Amino acid sequence: MSMSDTRQHQAAVDALYDEAEHWHVNTGGETIHAKRIRGRWRTIKWMTASVWLIFFLGPYLRWDGRQAVLFDIPNRQYHLFGVTILPQDFWMLSLLLLFFAILLAVVTALVGRVWCGFFCFQTVWTDIFTWIEEWLEGTPPQRRKLDQAPLSRAKVRIKLTKHLLWILIGFFTGFSFVAWFSDAPALWGAFFLGQANSAVYISVTLFTVGTYILAGYLREQTCFWLCPYARIQGVMLDKTTIVPTYDERRGEPRGRVKKGETEASRTNGDCVDCKQCVAVCPTGIDIRQGQQEGCITCALCIDACDEVMEKVGRPRGLIRYASLDEFAGQAPKALLKRPRVWVYATILVVALSGIFYGMSSLDAIDLKVLHERAPLFVTLSDGSIQNKYTLKMLNKMPEELAVRISVSGPEGLKLIGAEAPVVIHAGGVTPAMVFVKVPKRHLKKAQEPIRFRVEATRPDGLVVESERTSVFVGPDR
Amino acid sequence: MAENNPFPGENNTGHVWDDNLRELKNPPPRWWMLAFWASVAFWVGYAILYPMWPIGQEPTQGVLGWSQMKEYAEGVEQITAKRAQFEEKLAGMTADQIIADPGLKEYTLASAKVLFGDNCRACHGSGGAGNPGYPVLADDDWLYGGTTGKIQESIAAGRKGVMTAHEKVLSPVEVDTLANWAVQMNDTAGAGGSPEGWALFKSKGCTACHGEKANGHVVDLPNGDFVSVGAANLADGIWRFEPGGFESAKHTILYGVNQTNVPGTRDAVMPVWGPDPTRGGVAKLGPEEIKKLVVYVHEFGGGQ
Repeated sequence: MSMSDTRQHQAAVDALYDEAEHWHVNTGGETIHAKRIRGRWRTIKWMTASVWLIFFLGPYLRWDGRQAVLFDIPNRQYHLFGVTILPQDFWMLSLLLLFFAILLAVVTALVGRVWCGFFCFQTVWTDIFTWIEEWLEGTPPQRRKLDQAPLSRAKVRIKLTKHLLWILIGFFTGFSFVAWFSDAPALWGAFFLGQANSAVYISVTLFTVGTYILAGYLREQTCFWLCPYARIQGVMLDKTTIVPTYDERRGEPRGRVKKGETEASRTNGDCVDCKQCVAVCPTGIDIRQGQQEGCITCALCIDACDEVMEKVGRPRGLIRYASLDEFAGQAPKALLKRPRVWVYATILVVALSGIFYGMSSLDAIDLKVLHERAPLFVTLSDGSIQNKYTLKMLNKMPEELAVRISVSGPEGLKLIGAEAPVVIHAGGVTPAMVFVKVPKRHLKKAQEPIRFRVEATRPDGLVVESERTSVFVGPDR
Repeated sequence: MAENNPFPGENNTGHVWDDNLRELKNPPPRWWMLAFWASVAFWVGYAILYPMWPIGQEPTQGVLGWSQMKEYAEGVEQITAKRAQFEEKLAGMTADQIIADPGLKEYTLASAKVLFGDNCRACHGSGGAGNPGYPVLADDDWLYGGTTGKIQESIAAGRKGVMTAHEKVLSPVEVDTLANWAVQMNDTAGAGGSPEGWALFKSKGCTACHGEKANGHVVDLPNGDFVSVGAANLADGIWRFEPGGFESAKHTILYGVNQTNVPGTRDAVMPVWGPDPTRGGVAKLGPEEIKKLVVYVHEFGGGQ
């Protein structure tokens, strides 16, 4: 190492320790002002956070002249692009929830709290809020100074801008949420003309206030004290799970780089105790104390430590994604040899197959057949038996359908009342009353199965249909 | 107690149990008191705005003048206003016109369901299923005709058919022959009555009411209607008096229908629902209600 190199090196180390005085472990007593640095994980974090753009932009997608994804609660219809899901198809929702619950479990078991660190709205919104804070108020020391500074015109201006921006984000969050349940472009107009539903105003207000408080003030305290997942994750992790971990064997005994000490002569471990890992931590913990409840595994400490290691000329990876097994010197267990992976994967596949089955078997027309019970049957003057049915036909297509009704069952049966096609408007249910007449001699039992079939031709020539079995009741034999 | 308080100066009540368990006089939390006073304020406001104090016969009325009966009346008014558009249209239409209009028919059926339940179901059964002695309305057997006009007549003016008791007119053998014939006619829907039965049926004057073809039509009119006195159609698969069969038919022949001073005679009266001359023209149901019932009964499945 040349003289100037050494001096430069020493200066960098001194600067680190000057700063280190500020960083200490979060106990909830004061606001965490985490330092922002560039790095690989920071970039990944921005990319994963951008998934939430879908939440804001999704409601404006159009499909077939209506909102592409619309959870229309008043009309009990849920539109997903070309598919319309009605309450009777809702069993799929339970599978979807199962799928995501297990996905969360499997990801946590393999690579820790990826949801918390990279995707959770609490993390992402807090990240955006502090990003605005840094942009307006400056670096963490400047922010602390401003907080303690006496009231001045500049302070009020800066603080006011910040809170306004926060509330604005809160409003957009609430509005975007509501827009999934109501036609988005129309909602904008109705909202500001005061014509929207009271539920809309209540939801938007709750979201605005909630976002403002949760991301503006509670921040990491939410993860510590409000979120149940932080507590549950302890049972999801095992020795094979890779999480951001401090390499104790390499780092300890930690100690400051002493003046005049060379790499060859030092007695300390690799950790230079600069507390940069604590500085960047959004929850204000010290990763060197091991995996803990407050760690959302966002990996920002990895970026910070790598940068320091680079500066002091030591190998990167003092903090890195690693499992407990790895530190115990064991070879990582192959993914497919872990029973958890198999159990979770099986549940995931079952849930997904259920959803695929459900989605692929959605009928364009849904037919329900109600057999009249008063009277169950009527004897007609020619000696034949007549049953009455109410067919409830639901049209899930976006256009009007003219539905033809037919029936098959006992020999000699005659359908009455369905001579002309029944017109059902889009998304509507239309009942049709029909009679079925069967000569008595053709009835073998008191109850015989009878199958109704409805079909309609769509404008593009495609025939859609639905069938349902009911019963034909006659006198006891 | 207070004089030997072991924990003086800590704001306790002086009540001490088990040496150190004691009751303190700390005020409730601020939020609790705020909620408490807010609920008191709510109560005061409520007492001013709404009926509250049970003084004398009537409680205090409250400045809003709200009452449950008013709210109920408003609800009735709203539903009447909603129905008005349909009722106005119905007023100028005949039953046949209503049946031809799908929307109005649906409204009428829903509306008449209540009327039928209140006035008709006790005898005719829900859905017109019939009861022993009371005709099934859902079938296509109409002793007085199944057109809307005839049904309207039956409801408005009532019906009372008559059949002579034949206990003293026919011999037991003749009664058995006729009853057997009626069973054969019923089984074959009018195709296969025994010749002896037919001979008796025609010679004993039954045709006067039951008609030449035993179908209850005294005269068939060229327009498809028929003239009848309400005698049973013997040429179809339906029994007028349940349970039907030999014994039942024999009973009807022996004791007749609606005979005075004949024990065991069949009772078969449809009351008058329209203006009743014997009660000074008072009607149980108005013309609009009867019209709705006509549509309802016609649509049971057997209307003609």
